[in-house]
Amino acid sequence: MSDFTTWDILRNLLLAARWTVLLSLVSFIGGGIVGALLLFARTAKGKAGPAFVKTYVELFQGTPLLMQLFLAFFGLGLFGIDVPAWLAASVALILWSAAFLTEIWRGCVESIARGQWEASASLGMGYVQQMRHVVLPQALRIAVPPTVGFSVQVVKGTALTSIIGFVELSKAGTVVTNATFEPFKVYGLVALIYFCLCWPLSKSSQILERKLNVAHRNH
Amino acid sequence: MSLIEITEVKKRFGDNEVLKGINIDVAPGEVIAIIGKSGSGKSTLLRCINGLETIDEGSISVAGAQLLPDELHLKALRLKVGMIFQQFNLFPHLTAGRNVMLSQMVVKKTPKAEAEEIAKRMLERVGLAHKFDAYPDQLSGGQQQRVAIARALAMQPIALLCDEITSALDPELVSEVLAVVKELASEGMTLIMVTHEMRFARDVCSRVVFMHQGRVHEIGPPEEVFADPKTPELKQFLGVTH
Repeated sequence: MSDFTTWDILRNLLLAARWTVLLSLVSFIGGGIVGALLLFARTAKGKAGPAFVKTYVELFQGTPLLMQLFLAFFGLGLFGIDVPAWLAASVALILWSAAFLTEIWRGCVESIARGQWEASASLGMGYVQQMRHVVLPQALRIAVPPTVGFSVQVVKGTALTSIIGFVELSKAGTVVTNATFEPFKVYGLVALIYFCLCWPLSKSSQILERKLNVAHRNH
Repeated sequence: MSLIEITEVKKRFGDNEVLKGINIDVAPGEVIAIIGKSGSGKSTLLRCINGLETIDEGSISVAGAQLLPDELHLKALRLKVGMIFQQFNLFPHLTAGRNVMLSQMVVKKTPKAEAEEIAKRMLERVGLAHKFDAYPDQLSGGQQQRVAIARALAMQPIALLCDEITSALDPELVSEVLAVVKELASEGMTLIMVTHEMRFARDVCSRVVFMHQGRVHEIGPPEEVFADPKTPELKQFLGVTH
């Protein structure tokens, strides 16, 4: 007989879910900042910057997130650097998000007509000024829905960090299951909490898409 | 003293040499029409003058500013020559007024109030003062092109390049844009325009350049070029049959 009530289980899962939310925020915001820097390097003239970012994106998109987490966690350990799980998880997820966000945003920047670049160049603007005042304001509108959509992937991606021992929602699910021996109930609740986090994000992505399209048609 | 000096300019796209040694000198206040078939290199030449295309050989200078492929030299050059495009290329996320203000504030660091003042004056000059707060897609093609002209003028260039600026317009909108260009010409603005408007070229331009296969095939005052074409290519282009 289990000594745990459903409320006990849910309460513990919700406490751990805070870490899922925090890790998601850190990954998404950190990934956004790194991704924006990479975007500038990727779309600039010259060879070295774009080539570097291209390789970076291919590496991170071409390997499983789980391997990236292992490498961040164990890799630095090889050099005698003790990496706590939360740090390895944050770093790996930030770099992973950055790769995907850069690629999403690059698509948005490249969808801006060449005439916009030429007109702003002919008025004497430099690359950063063109990006800042002409291209990004237009690209942003296109970028919002896929970016919000990607945040769902980040939330779900944090589940993998349980493998390296970071106690977030999934890890808490395992721990609670080991105590209660009710895996179906516990993981059912875990899934439900993930759904409650992700569903509003996907929904808002859809709403934003509709809203921004309408705005675009009006002017 | 020439304002724009184009000397032995060559330009290749891969194996295809589109400009095969162009020499044109433009005096201040001249209005030059470049005519020719599509693929003759006329748009490419225009785009080279303000550095939208790099050149492989030769040199271009505008009022002492050399065309060199680094951002600093390009900026100096582009402050002297404005450009107007076939597709208008207004910034769709900004109002007409903002379109005219943006580059003044960003490139010349003009204070906002002053930029706004200049923008209003420039829009008035093209007859669109009342459209200051309209977004580009609320304007007709002709109005958009006039805003684009105002935007270029706000940077106070000493020459303007016009790349088939009426080709994307409905026929009834062509004249309002040409009227603005004519006005500029009469005020002494140096203009180089690639155009298909032969009547306009004849009426307004001081010289006509006929380009054929990447070369200046004929050049001269419009009455000469149009009335008495020397080469069979120009005769064919103008539809003159003998």
